[in-house]
Amino acid sequence: MIYDVSNLAVLIFIVFVALVLLLSFYFARKTKTSSGYFAAGGTIHWGVNGVAFAGDYLSAASFLGIAGMIAFAGYDGFLYSIGFLAGWVVALFVVAEPMKRMGTFTFTDALDHKYNSRSIKLTAAISTLVVSIFYLIPQMVGAGDLVVPILGLPHWAGVVIVGSVVIFIVATAGMTSTTYVQFLKGGLLIVFSVILTAYILRKGLETEPNPEHHHFVSLEVTTDPFGEIILEDDSQYTLQEGISTGNDSFYLLEKDGISNWFHLDESDDGLFLNEMLTIVIDAEGNVLYNGAPRTERLFYQVGHVSRVISDGEEVESSGPLNPFSFLTRIEDSEIVRYIRIAFDFNGSSVVAWYPEVTPGTDIMKPGLFYRLEGASIWEKLNFVSLMLALFLGTAALPHILIRYYTVPSPRDARKSTIVAIAAIGSFYILTLYMGLGAMVSGVLDMESSNMSAPLLARSFGLGIFAMISAVAFATVLGTVSGLIVASSGAIAHDLVDKFFKVKMEDRVKVRAGKIAAFGVGILGIIVGILLQGMNVSFLVGLAFAVAASSNLPAIIMILFWDKTTGRGVSASIMVGIVSSVLLILLSPTMFERYGLAREAALFPLDNPGIVSIPLAFITLIVVSLLTRRRELTA
Amino acid sequence: MLHGPAAKKEEDKAALRKSKLGLKLFFVYGLIYAGFVVVGVFRPELMGVRVIWGLNLAIFYGFGLIILAIVMGFLYHLACSRLEDNLNIKEEKK
Repeated sequence: MIYDVSNLAVLIFIVFVALVLLLSFYFARKTKTSSGYFAAGGTIHWGVNGVAFAGDYLSAASFLGIAGMIAFAGYDGFLYSIGFLAGWVVALFVVAEPMKRMGTFTFTDALDHKYNSRSIKLTAAISTLVVSIFYLIPQMVGAGDLVVPILGLPHWAGVVIVGSVVIFIVATAGMTSTTYVQFLKGGLLIVFSVILTAYILRKGLETEPNPEHHHFVSLEVTTDPFGEIILEDDSQYTLQEGISTGNDSFYLLEKDGISNWFHLDESDDGLFLNEMLTIVIDAEGNVLYNGAPRTERLFYQVGHVSRVISDGEEVESSGPLNPFSFLTRIEDSEIVRYIRIAFDFNGSSVVAWYPEVTPGTDIMKPGLFYRLEGASIWEKLNFVSLMLALFLGTAALPHILIRYYTVPSPRDARKSTIVAIAAIGSFYILTLYMGLGAMVSGVLDMESSNMSAPLLARSFGLGIFAMISAVAFATVLGTVSGLIVASSGAIAHDLVDKFFKVKMEDRVKVRAGKIAAFGVGILGIIVGILLQGMNVSFLVGLAFAVAASSNLPAIIMILFWDKTTGRGVSASIMVGIVSSVLLILLSPTMFERYGLAREAALFPLDNPGIVSIPLAFITLIVVSLLTRRRELTA
Repeated sequence: MLHGPAAKKEEDKAALRKSKLGLKLFFVYGLIYAGFVVVGVFRPELMGVRVIWGLNLAIFYGFGLIILAIVMGFLYHLACSRLEDNLNIKEEKK
């Protein structure tokens, strides 16, 4: 690994987990009824519920994923912050109060309240499970990413630890313990994000971000009459091999028994071989980081400002900055980012990152990840599809919607939503500072964008790193608890009780909910281990697309279209789920995951919302019109 | 205290008017949000233009959308509370 295990972080993490477990024990003795288990008795104070909303919603995707994406791709990561927050407007203005009025424990209750339809019960429960599991995957992946630097454990161990603690939280006291864990986590997350941002602004921008910052080797080279590369005699490196892929050429150089890949760059000053970050997996499965085992620590943390421009002058350090000048200084300066490339060589697979100087003006506007200037129609549609899914997805997330049942009245539901918007909005503004701070502080681990914020904290000292790491763990615990409560309600309340009509005493129903929580938790652990390495923000973006496609058309049409029928609702939910999941599986990113070319993807967009959301609306309208007469006469 | 029965549901005379107001505000915000997406798609070069306090349009618009959501949320709550107080109390007095 490229960073040390922090004993303080381990200690704080253990204290936090102990606190959470004690809280769960305390509430477990009081949770005897299904109302208590699934909806905390409907008596949570709106202020607590509002912060718990933030704790529920600000998931690993928000804290780890968005900060990481901003750190790697600049403003494009901030698009998620804007879209995620805008989604709360839909929740507040359209969904909050009706959901509270119509439902009891689950999202399915609300959809089904005027139809009493078995098909709605079944499809809405399936939808809750699919969306929650899609959302659960990135939380678990994020948990695994966190334990590597904090506890020094492998990725899978993090997933197992978080999964086990969350199963305990939910299986003991259900929504009550979940609410207080989320309240605690939401509050801590905002407070420590403010502190981390204050550190970032105080430090400002520096060309030498930290004392351990590695200076990558750049060798001037010439070519012989045949175009072969010749190294300078005093370079101490030996040229071993070379390969060209597309417009890029790479050369394997050896020094002191360690071989690593260099990238050939041509500039006005001449030809240069520039050292890269590489991970090479040879035919026997051995993994080398910059030519050596990972324990040798040659896989450096990167990302820095190459030219700091302050008031038109080039300086080495900007000094402390205010929230506005931090952003404008970055826009004026130049930042070194690392661009990923992969190729095969003599049976080994090579993943490499080479440095590229990027103007701050490009960092501070969309385009590095979602290319917009000179983009193809598909690239533009991909952007629109993402923004649509983020806007419409929040109000359709079952684990968020069930939080409306934990407060006493629709008025409280509204007030808690406003507290949530204020808390979440403030946090999302801070993500821009945390992401950009990580981008310029020489802390990025190119293997894991999700670790950017905790590693940034580590550069300011072990104390803040330990707290931020513990908060990041809490982030995962809080959100996963909410997801498991939602899934448990879908299984025990919607399916077993309402759909299969299994007669259960209240006490047995609570037990069924706990068993369901256990099962979903185990499933989350398995998929979290299998999908290691994916950016959690991207995965959550897909969960939003599935939610917006399967649930939102049904919610909106039930509220605002009198001709909506039960069959129309269930058909819309199924079409939304199937189309969005299918399009995701056929998308370029998934093709890359299968080891195929992005261009070979059968669906050209990464985000399916722009197709699947309208499709679900159309399905609901058509099926409702076709079945209206039959339902009226039934 | 936390585990009583789920709260009883009372009739809300202001529900329809609140719903209409919410829908209007949703469309207003939706239009402003759509404006952000449209600029990004059709005139992406404008996103880099500095508009105020040295901030470019991308940052200004992005922050603006977040702050606007908070402000509109507060205003909506004030309006809804007023409607609830007026209509539900009037109903009780009758």
